[in-house]
Amino acid sequence: MRATHWLTLIAFLALFITGSLIVISHPRFYWGEVGNVNTKPLFVIPIPASRDTVPTGYKYEMPDENGWSRALHFEAAWVAVLVGMVYGIYGLWSGHFRKDLIPARCDWNLRAFRDRMAKYLRRAPPDPAEERSYNVLQRTAYVVVIFVLFPLMIWTGLAMSPTFTAAFPLTAALLGGRQSARTIHFLVTWLLVLFLFVHVAMVAMSGFRNRMRAMITGYNRDREESR
Amino acid sequence: MNPMTRRKLILGSAATVAGVGGLAAADRLAKRYGLIPPDGSGIYGPGETLSYACQRILTTRTPAREFSRDMISKNPFANAVAPPNDAFKQLQAGGFKDWRLVVDGTVARPMSFSLADLKALGLHSQITEVACEEGWSYIAEWIGTPLSNVLREAGVLPQTQYVVYTSNEEDAWESIDLQDASDPHTLLTMGMNDGDLPVPFGGPLRLRLPRQLGYKSLKYINRITATDNIKKFGKGLGGVDPEYGYAWYAGI
Repeated sequence: MRATHWLTLIAFLALFITGSLIVISHPRFYWGEVGNVNTKPLFVIPIPASRDTVPTGYKYEMPDENGWSRALHFEAAWVAVLVGMVYGIYGLWSGHFRKDLIPARCDWNLRAFRDRMAKYLRRAPPDPAEERSYNVLQRTAYVVVIFVLFPLMIWTGLAMSPTFTAAFPLTAALLGGRQSARTIHFLVTWLLVLFLFVHVAMVAMSGFRNRMRAMITGYNRDREESR
Repeated sequence: MNPMTRRKLILGSAATVAGVGGLAAADRLAKRYGLIPPDGSGIYGPGETLSYACQRILTTRTPAREFSRDMISKNPFANAVAPPNDAFKQLQAGGFKDWRLVVDGTVARPMSFSLADLKALGLHSQITEVACEEGWSYIAEWIGTPLSNVLREAGVLPQTQYVVYTSNEEDAWESIDLQDASDPHTLLTMGMNDGDLPVPFGGPLRLRLPRQLGYKSLKYINRITATDNIKKFGKGLGGVDPEYGYAWYAGI
């Protein structure tokens, strides 16, 4: 279970870096099925491109790294998907999702969110229950990342594959088209990066070395037992 | 060592042995059913092979994605084209009357076709999308004769595994497997949106492969070579793009 966390991190970093390098070859985004330099973009990232066919306004051309970037992007995507399958099966089988991730019934309301947030802002120490499992905000963040954002990344990624969409046209059509899928893929990337930053900040605030030891070895200094 | 870690060690080793055994079995199966692409080795080999094998298994005999006429792009983008060489300019001056498509390799009857010969094999039209690996795309109507017609005329021999196609553009060549070569949507294209295929879009003859990214749809096709051994061509990776690090299989 802990191994899947760190493998996912490695795959995510590889996907983020190579994905950024691929975007540089065409830093324009569109909505719908088609989009190219002759059509109106939804938005443009104001950076130079790695291809001279893109009008960016810059005289400078970035180095073109698409060849290996694409290869590593797809290989890392395979690692993420396969690790995700192991995690998903284990999470269902062990009850980890039910016990630790799905927020408790009584917390399915705005007040629970607000109360926990206020506690964070006061920097109050965690409840005894939170020593063993996650609170409602943590659970919600993890559920959104694991069951919404990651699947959305896989879906929008597949919606850009010409062979996959030939076999399953709805993958692209339901999102509004191939270019919409590309735009969503890009935007969700930043939501995941945002999660990563908050996640690391929270770990740092709760005692970086202690948390890291727990995340890597599974042992918690306060309770010498394995999870 | 306490019993807990010993059990974990035994379980872990068993899982590793099973994993390696499973991989070896998968490798044998993949080789047997031709699911390993020509560039399926090296550090990115596992990724390329997984993508190719899974898409081949999942999408056997599915048609290309076609669009309605009102979705044809008003302003398609031709992309950058290398300046045409002298031989091309000469053929262009003659209205491509002398353009020849040579078909050779593992075929019963090596032959060559003029554009008129190709048209006589029967024209098909499809409205499909060109998707570039950079991220942009456009939709157009493409008119031409399926590659399978040409291969049937020449009589592809049973040992054939790949079809290599070469462009008038310097050093540009690519290849596809037999599944793509015999797909009715793999089109030797001579027309675009009710006119002749313009030179910037690959005229007079472009191989359109709508189920793969744009770089597999080579422009200015002048030779088709059937082969039983892709390793004999170039660096053996199945195309000039794989030699620059791009995937041979561009269905993803």
